[in-house]
Amino acid sequence: MPTFLRAPSGAQIALIKAIVFLLCLLPALSLALGWYDDALGANPIETITRASGEWTLRFLLITLAVTPLRRYTGLHWLLRLRRMLGLFVFAYAVGHLTTYLWLDQFFDWQAIANDILDRPFITVGFAAFVLLIPLAVTSNSFAIRRLGGRRWQSLHRSVYGIAILGVVHFWWLVKADLLEPFIYALILAVLLGLRAWWRELERRRQLSVPPPAKHLERPVIRIVPK
Amino acid sequence: MLIRRPADIAPSEITPRSLFEDRRRFITRAGLGLAAGAALWHGLGSEARAASKLSTVASPLSTTEPQTDHKSVITYNNFYEFGTDKGDPAQNAHRMATRPWAVKVEGLVGKPRTFDIDELLKLAPLEERIYRMRCVEGWSMVIPWVGFPLAALLKAVEPLGSAKYVEFLTHYDPEIMLRRPVLAWPYGEGLRLDEALHPLTILAVGLYGEVLPNQNGAPIRLVVPWKYGFKSAKSIVTIRLTEKQPPTAWNRAAPHEYGFYSNVNPEVSHPRWSQATERRIGEIRKRPTLMFNGYGEQVASLYQGMDLRKQY
Repeated sequence: MPTFLRAPSGAQIALIKAIVFLLCLLPALSLALGWYDDALGANPIETITRASGEWTLRFLLITLAVTPLRRYTGLHWLLRLRRMLGLFVFAYAVGHLTTYLWLDQFFDWQAIANDILDRPFITVGFAAFVLLIPLAVTSNSFAIRRLGGRRWQSLHRSVYGIAILGVVHFWWLVKADLLEPFIYALILAVLLGLRAWWRELERRRQLSVPPPAKHLERPVIRIVPK
Repeated sequence: MLIRRPADIAPSEITPRSLFEDRRRFITRAGLGLAAGAALWHGLGSEARAASKLSTVASPLSTTEPQTDHKSVITYNNFYEFGTDKGDPAQNAHRMATRPWAVKVEGLVGKPRTFDIDELLKLAPLEERIYRMRCVEGWSMVIPWVGFPLAALLKAVEPLGSAKYVEFLTHYDPEIMLRRPVLAWPYGEGLRLDEALHPLTILAVGLYGEVLPNQNGAPIRLVVPWKYGFKSAKSIVTIRLTEKQPPTAWNRAAPHEYGFYSNVNPEVSHPRWSQATERRIGEIRKRPTLMFNGYGEQVASLYQGMDLRKQY
């Protein structure tokens, strides 16, 4: 493996980040151009709603794939893309919600409130969005220092629940053909399943640590995950 | 002996428009020049259009509202047999051969028989019916259909007194259509006999004055303008008169979401979304949905005494 891939320099990381940033903008750019060119089909608002929602889910799954990829490839610098990817999840979610509030409902707050209260798929989608806000707000080094690593990490674990809500949101809005939401659900199940599996491996590893030898002065503290 | 006169040029013999377009593109690319290409296209195009044109008479039942643009009507379709994205039918429906085509009319009728599509085209004068079309998903169009009253066909087969419902079964060919059982194929729909005999209910064979494109349900489809669009079954092959209410495709898929009647009703929400408003294709802002899609004056009496919340 070439060095720049295994251990890129600071400048190379910056370049990779810039490229990934531009790539992440492409879906939004193509929707914006399509809107101005009238190339989004007969129902452009539906097209934008659908595309922004699907890209939110895709970026969420990509973000959740960073850790497994890093673990299985040894490319530890991938972690340095995760914050940006996570913020793109939030950006596309904002775009998706804005499309709904503005283009779809034209700020008809009564209709919006009814939707959120009465339509389970909208309730779930809205809940996922609200839960994303604290994660987006704390996506900076200042917040990590302020919260402390452990608290920050447990807060950000809520992303697993958010991802499940996102897939349920998609599943519940589909009329009959569940193939697409099923694919998202499957990928999410793999990504979450891997984490559960690692936890189990770690638990077994800890349990199999031999008991401390008698001559050791200090006892070995074993941390067994629940 | 019946000697069939030579048929009018069958739509299957008409070069599909996509071929003209391909040819035009090819010629243009070959460097014949834009003017020559355009002239050729224009000549061929108008010839083809003249051939697939249907002559119609106007109907007092037509709306005068602005019509949805032709391109949207033929590219934004729900025809799940050809794929569940709106653009799929326009991409895939060309695989379906619409000639020869027969429609079998059977069940509780005095004179069951099978009609050839070309007979059906001559069964009654073709009318232009410009109708609002409201989809259960919350969008709507105004479409100039070409067709004739379903009643004309039903009268020809003489329904028996015991007939209460009309069942419609549509074409299904797994070789060219979706195999995944998204809905129970073949797609089935149904109407009460009085709904089927209502003058607004038509069998459409065209739109915008031309032969029906495949993705819109060629060669013959139902149009029931006061009901959600999915009631208007496409590419019909069997019409059966029955005593019992027939099963319908969407009702079978989700009984609590899609009832047998499925009349457009802004007051009864779909369990997962409101039906109070709709987006007319081509417009940005939503508009209020009208009871019976604005056809209440003509059809409300069919449902007198019924609780439309329960009989959704």
